[in-house]
Amino acid sequence: MLETKQPAPEAVAGLPDERGHFGPYGGLFVAETLMGPLAELRAAWEHYLADAQFQRELEEELRDYVGRPSPLYHARRWSEQVGGARLWLKREDLNHTGAHKVNNTVGQALLARRMGKTRIIAETGAGQHGVATATVAARLGLECVVYMGAEDMERQAINVYRMKLLGAEVVPVTSGSRTLKDALNEAMRDWVTNVDDTFYIIGTVAGPHPYPAMVRDFQAVIGREARAQILDKTGRLPDALVACVGGGSNAMGLFHPFLADEGVALYGVEAAGRGLETGAHAAPLCAGRPGVLHGNRTYLMEDADGQILHTHSISAGLDYPGVGPEHAWLKDTGRARYVAVTDDEALAAFHTLTRVEGIMPALESAHALAWAETLARELGPGAEIIVNLSGRGDKDIHTVAAHEGIAL
Amino acid sequence: MSRLAQRFAALRRAGRRALVPYVTAGDPEPAATVGLMHDMVAAGADILELGVPFSDPMADGPVIQRASERALAHGVSLRGVLSMVRDFRHDDPDTPVVLMGYLNPVETMGYEAFARAAAEAGVDGVLTVDLPPEEAGPLLAALDGGGIDPVFLLAPTTSDERTRQVAAVARGFVYYVSLKGVTGAGHLDVDAVRRRVEHLRTLVDLPVGVGFGIRDAASAAAVGAFADAVVVGSAVVSRIEQHAGDPAAARAAVAELVGELRAALDGLPAAAAVRQAADT
Ligand SMILES: Cc1ncc(COP(=O)(O)O)c(C=O)c1O
Repeated sequence: MLETKQPAPEAVAGLPDERGHFGPYGGLFVAETLMGPLAELRAAWEHYLADAQFQRELEEELRDYVGRPSPLYHARRWSEQVGGARLWLKREDLNHTGAHKVNNTVGQALLARRMGKTRIIAETGAGQHGVATATVAARLGLECVVYMGAEDMERQAINVYRMKLLGAEVVPVTSGSRTLKDALNEAMRDWVTNVDDTFYIIGTVAGPHPYPAMVRDFQAVIGREARAQILDKTGRLPDALVACVGGGSNAMGLFHPFLADEGVALYGVEAAGRGLETGAHAAPLCAGRPGVLHGNRTYLMEDADGQILHTHSISAGLDYPGVGPEHAWLKDTGRARYVAVTDDEALAAFHTLTRVEGIMPALESAHALAWAETLARELGPGAEIIVNLSGRGDKDIHTVAAHEGIAL
Repeated sequence: MSRLAQRFAALRRAGRRALVPYVTAGDPEPAATVGLMHDMVAAGADILELGVPFSDPMADGPVIQRASERALAHGVSLRGVLSMVRDFRHDDPDTPVVLMGYLNPVETMGYEAFARAAAEAGVDGVLTVDLPPEEAGPLLAALDGGGIDPVFLLAPTTSDERTRQVAAVARGFVYYVSLKGVTGAGHLDVDAVRRRVEHLRTLVDLPVGVGFGIRDAASAAAVGAFADAVVVGSAVVSRIEQHAGDPAAARAAVAELVGELRAALDGLPAAAAVRQAADT
């Protein structure tokens, strides 16, 4: 056998370091005004991570409000149709509000309340994180402002209305490319201005330290459950995990509890959009290079002058030019592999799962499904694959219909 | 002694404060920038702050964001900005120029290559908004090699301990961000800023500049009463924006504003006297 490329477990475990680094990635790249507030957030998070009462409250919320644990479902007909490995779906689509995003917003909102903050802000792309934030803000009686790119507000009109029904103010962002990255810029500007009473709930494993680690820790419930569930159902660890990667939170949440399990292959699936070769994609790990944006060093889509490029994906939740820094490190160390799936491949997988299993996936999750089909054939019968079904697809039916020339 | 240190020493001897106007390089068009720089010096600027356009200016308000977008629409790159500085230096060997921008373009160019090119072009200071001292080591080493002063921000949220850390690596001057907010915000509390600046002087030996939220002659004079340097950004850029289609008119409007700011600062009693009064 060839020499294995697996890194020593300690190369990827126990990170980030004191200052938020995952190897050369991560860190704290923000204007001075935010350094104090980020230190305060880090202290609070470290404190409550070890606080039994906080953890008990979080567990209760996840169980009774979110509906956890989410099932690990054996997709029999889909597995048969694909013809290969057994495919398991981690059903984050069944969470309250319909995606994994709520695992994180429940955690951060509880933290915000403990820190005495009365106002919550968030950025959102697809609107799923915005909805999950508006939901917990309503639940806890906190004021909520969500920043959303003007372009995303058009393509995710239903989620905009959901947020408004939940009592949130949705602020359109018209600067730059008018999508998720610009919404993040605008949320940061709000935070720097209102930092005394405001808690910024970032929706993915990106941003300045401690966000990448904190969001990962809140999302790791996905992987902890999946690990116990697959052991219970099959008596062994799976051969591979597959998850889509926008900023990377659902993927990191699933991967993290398996990092030390060297036999479990990890696959992150980025959005290849119209094809990596066209440039119209959102795949920084597959086709970008390291740089600094939004408070951390990571892989980015940027031009030769270091300006951030516009991205394209059919799924608004993957339409982001950066990615969480821990993924950058998992890529460089070889612990995880990153691939990309086009709009059309994701759409095909969307239809397949809907028709064969009666489960309509989010277009983001459909990217993971499409790659899982390829992988299942490659690994063949006898192998076990867990795919993170990060969200449900109701929010996307207008996009799917429009893509197919159907007017609703 | 660096050009920045010399300039501050000369101002101090003369009992004057530095007027530091900001423009984004390449706004409203690349051909206008060098002329604007000379005009600002002629109208009374002591130090120039030149913004390097970036696609994601997280710490800037709408006015400077739009300036960045106008410059980027003309394809202005970091190398382009450096060649503007080189052109400016050709006719002005004395006025210090500080680049203000974000890390990614510098990182893309490479720290060493950037420091070398910036030094050659005649850049005196570099303020990288999203680079706190904790992450700055490698860039500091490169800038040091080029004899360029790293300028750092201090904020209302900066603790004394952090202030000392920043002071230990900063050169030229420190830049106190007068409010919690982005550039161009409008809620300046002059008394609070005065108290903070007086406190900072007990922790930092460098000259203290104040910026963010200074928009006209009155606020410049109010802040100039206790700061060593007054930085005016969005107000200058607004003048450019009002005349974005007519660069000659933009230059005239900027010169007019800088002249007003100069007059307001020069109407103040000598800085040394103010400093002494604050000490007693
Ligand atoms: C259902 C779903 N999956 C995935 C994502 C991508 O985010 P992340 O990569 O952080 O999981 C989103 C983002 O909006 C989403 O709504």
